[in-house]
Amino acid sequence: MADYVIEMLNITKEFPGIKANDDVTLQLRRGEIHALLGENGAGKSTLMSVLFGLYQPESGIIKKDGQVVKINNPNDATALHIGMVHQHFKLVECFTVLDNIILGAEPTKGLTVDRKAARKRVVALSERYGLKVDPDAKIEDISVGMQQRVEILKMLYRDNEILIFDEPTAVLTPQEIDELMEIMRSFKKEGKSILFITHKLAEIKAVADRCSVLRKGKYMGTVEVADTSVEEMSRLMVGRDVQLVSHKEEQTPGKVILRVENMTVPSRVHSNNAVKNASLEVREGEIVCLAGIEGNGQTEFVYALTGLEKMSAGKIYLDGKDVTHASIRERNSLGLSHIPEDRHKHGLVLDYTLQNNMVLQRFREPEFQRLGFIREGAVREYSDRLSQQYDVRSGQGSATITRSMSGGNQQKAIVAREIDQNPQLLIAVQPTRGLDVGAIEYIHKQIIAQRDAGKAVLLVSLELDEVMNLSDRILVMYEGEIVGEFNPKTTDVQTLGLYMAGAKRAE
Amino acid sequence: MAKKNKSPRLSGAPTGLASLLASLVCVLAGLAFGFVVLLILGGITMSQSGEEFTFGHLLATTWEQGFKPIVQGGFYSKANMMGMAVRMEILQAAPLIMTGLSVAFAYKTGLFNIGAAGQYTVGAFLALYCAIVLKMPWWVCLIASGLGGAVWGAIPGIFKAYLNVNEVITAIMFNWIGLYAVNPLIYQGGNGPMFNLKTTKTFTLKESAPQALLPTFNVNVGGKGYFGKLFMPTIGIFIAIGIAVLIWVVINKTTFGYQLKACGFNKNAARYAGINEKTNIVLSMTIAGALAGIGAGLFYLSGSKEWEPLVSTILPAVGFNGISVALLASSNPIGCVFSAIFISHITVGGGFMTAKLFPSEVSDIISGVVIYLCAFSMLFRGKILKLFNRKSGTQRKGDKA
Repeated sequence: MADYVIEMLNITKEFPGIKANDDVTLQLRRGEIHALLGENGAGKSTLMSVLFGLYQPESGIIKKDGQVVKINNPNDATALHIGMVHQHFKLVECFTVLDNIILGAEPTKGLTVDRKAARKRVVALSERYGLKVDPDAKIEDISVGMQQRVEILKMLYRDNEILIFDEPTAVLTPQEIDELMEIMRSFKKEGKSILFITHKLAEIKAVADRCSVLRKGKYMGTVEVADTSVEEMSRLMVGRDVQLVSHKEEQTPGKVILRVENMTVPSRVHSNNAVKNASLEVREGEIVCLAGIEGNGQTEFVYALTGLEKMSAGKIYLDGKDVTHASIRERNSLGLSHIPEDRHKHGLVLDYTLQNNMVLQRFREPEFQRLGFIREGAVREYSDRLSQQYDVRSGQGSATITRSMSGGNQQKAIVAREIDQNPQLLIAVQPTRGLDVGAIEYIHKQIIAQRDAGKAVLLVSLELDEVMNLSDRILVMYEGEIVGEFNPKTTDVQTLGLYMAGAKRAE
Repeated sequence: MAKKNKSPRLSGAPTGLASLLASLVCVLAGLAFGFVVLLILGGITMSQSGEEFTFGHLLATTWEQGFKPIVQGGFYSKANMMGMAVRMEILQAAPLIMTGLSVAFAYKTGLFNIGAAGQYTVGAFLALYCAIVLKMPWWVCLIASGLGGAVWGAIPGIFKAYLNVNEVITAIMFNWIGLYAVNPLIYQGGNGPMFNLKTTKTFTLKESAPQALLPTFNVNVGGKGYFGKLFMPTIGIFIAIGIAVLIWVVINKTTFGYQLKACGFNKNAARYAGINEKTNIVLSMTIAGALAGIGAGLFYLSGSKEWEPLVSTILPAVGFNGISVALLASSNPIGCVFSAIFISHITVGGGFMTAKLFPSEVSDIISGVVIYLCAFSMLFRGKILKLFNRKSGTQRKGDKA
């Protein structure tokens, strides 16, 4: 019999309208890296919340080292040496790294915190595992990758034996991902057991020993990663064959739809300009991709383009019309659609129902209002149609409060809304961030369909695979400037990487 | 939204009912707490007076002379006075509904209108000015009161929208500015055209401007009017209820309400969608101000009370009680009608308690506790929903069997 450190047997957890976990079993061996794979809304987070004591399952038992345990709250989980790095870090921004690590488990000397002893331990831990951090830096001053290390150190500091990583690579650069994988391997060598939640198959292939798959709350089985191909795993997860590489026809771009001339946007954070003298064109029937490492001005570029932010110099032409000073609404009605980078901040009113969100820009149109009164029936019908057409799933249909929907379905709702406005120019910023392969495939198809229908598409993405896969032209942005233009067919990821990192630039 | 949910799943459907039940639980708990306070107060007074008493006696006294008046409100008073007391309740409820609506409406746009008191003051001034000095009919005076409140509400809105000054701070300052502008304007060193030197109040409308009095109504009970001839309530309560319904429609059924709520829930998303959030902030505060102003009009045009510029150095409490009303109603306009009537009811009832045993402020304690519990009403709501779900869960199982 295998040596299981944690067993979750036949877990069932119900929420109103949905069975989030339906008879799920997860067995974690001592000293293995165990991946938990599933689409958004498949029940991965619910299962981990059950393990962490945040939810109580309706049925099923949890065993630690073969003994049945009851985990009522996170404190119980901590006592059992279970630690978790959440997808959204739980750190105090204005505290130092050291203070964050010891918070809640402070060593004391009399009435004061014994920072000296704590520091010694933290430094020892960080050296042992190669987790380089500056204990005295404040969280707000360090990079996201560093913050994640602090979260990992927090687990180590508490002598956790079972480490849960909830989608740890979503926020990391390629280099940081490699480093994280290395760290995870070193934990494994130490005999720690790791649960790794993800939907990136390549990462599972790279580090995991075994992989358990969930689909729509149901347990689909556990496979040995070494004996299973990526395609098989994705089929288990989605329930059908998935095209990992999108297929697209040749297209000859038509007339220029978007022309940006010498755009300069001041930064909100520093005195420098966030976008410097950037110019580009997007034509009918082409996908132009703006690539770059996060924080190099892409966000501000899009804000200025859509009217969310003012620019200090330059011109924007939409289908030949000067829209430099046009309001957001005017730009919308001229055929600009925008899938925003942050779906919670800009894309959705989370406390509105799905149907209200579906008409966020269009509620003024005669189709949806008469004499200032919203035509609920028409809105409902429209939302039902979009949900069906774009496969947006929710507990209570169009009446679902958007906040309660899974991230993937929220994003699909935005994509549906923006594409259905039949735009001339579709701006898609990180349209697949945090989504599973099934949803990614779907959204990619929709974007390509827009291009094939002769629309102009501007894609902003940090994922190089997505960039290479979708675009007809690639522009690389570095420190607010466009530093190079590439044809995806004649360039490779390494070259792009050099430009993105600022090591090279076109003259 | 929830009631339109036709899907078989039940979680959405009872939320409205659950909110209502949660509010009722708050009210009951508040009353229970009030009873305990009355018991303690009564016990202290009775033991100080030195007379012997049993606990049963105390319980009975508290029930009869303290709790009953509060629960029965205006209906507690003697038969010949009942009409007057009930009229008082109705009279006080109308402005309370309006200030409650004012706070609730602004809250839908994510704004906290703490300036209802000031808007109420300015509204009262304009209503009285139009009535006494300009001799306008009542409905013109009422519109004027609304306009006064609107201007006073718009200013914090403009500051908020265009200069990013928190509306709470501006509104509080404008409460006092309103009060200290209105008082001297009425008094004018004793020479104010609306000021009656003899009573040190504004002239009564009955004498100086009967055209501005709100029409009254009576209820026919057993062949004769329920209210005495002199104590007929005004139609103010119906105007207030009508406006509450109107506000409910605006918030829930119109594109305007849709925009306001979008701004309130998520300013960034509203902006992204091309909704002008600045205009919406100003409009929302303007309308909120108008509602509070009309509340003042409804009260002062009833002719039962005059403004006292020399005494009125504290802000009208009805402005702040509007916050309680809105909280108790969880910002539902229709709910505001009921919560305002409730608060008016127990306030009038508080006055009927035996004064030597119980101070009338106990009704304030009760409404205070009720409001405080409202903070937990989300919790109650969750529990009630759970109860619903469990019940229907067993039902479902039963169906299968």
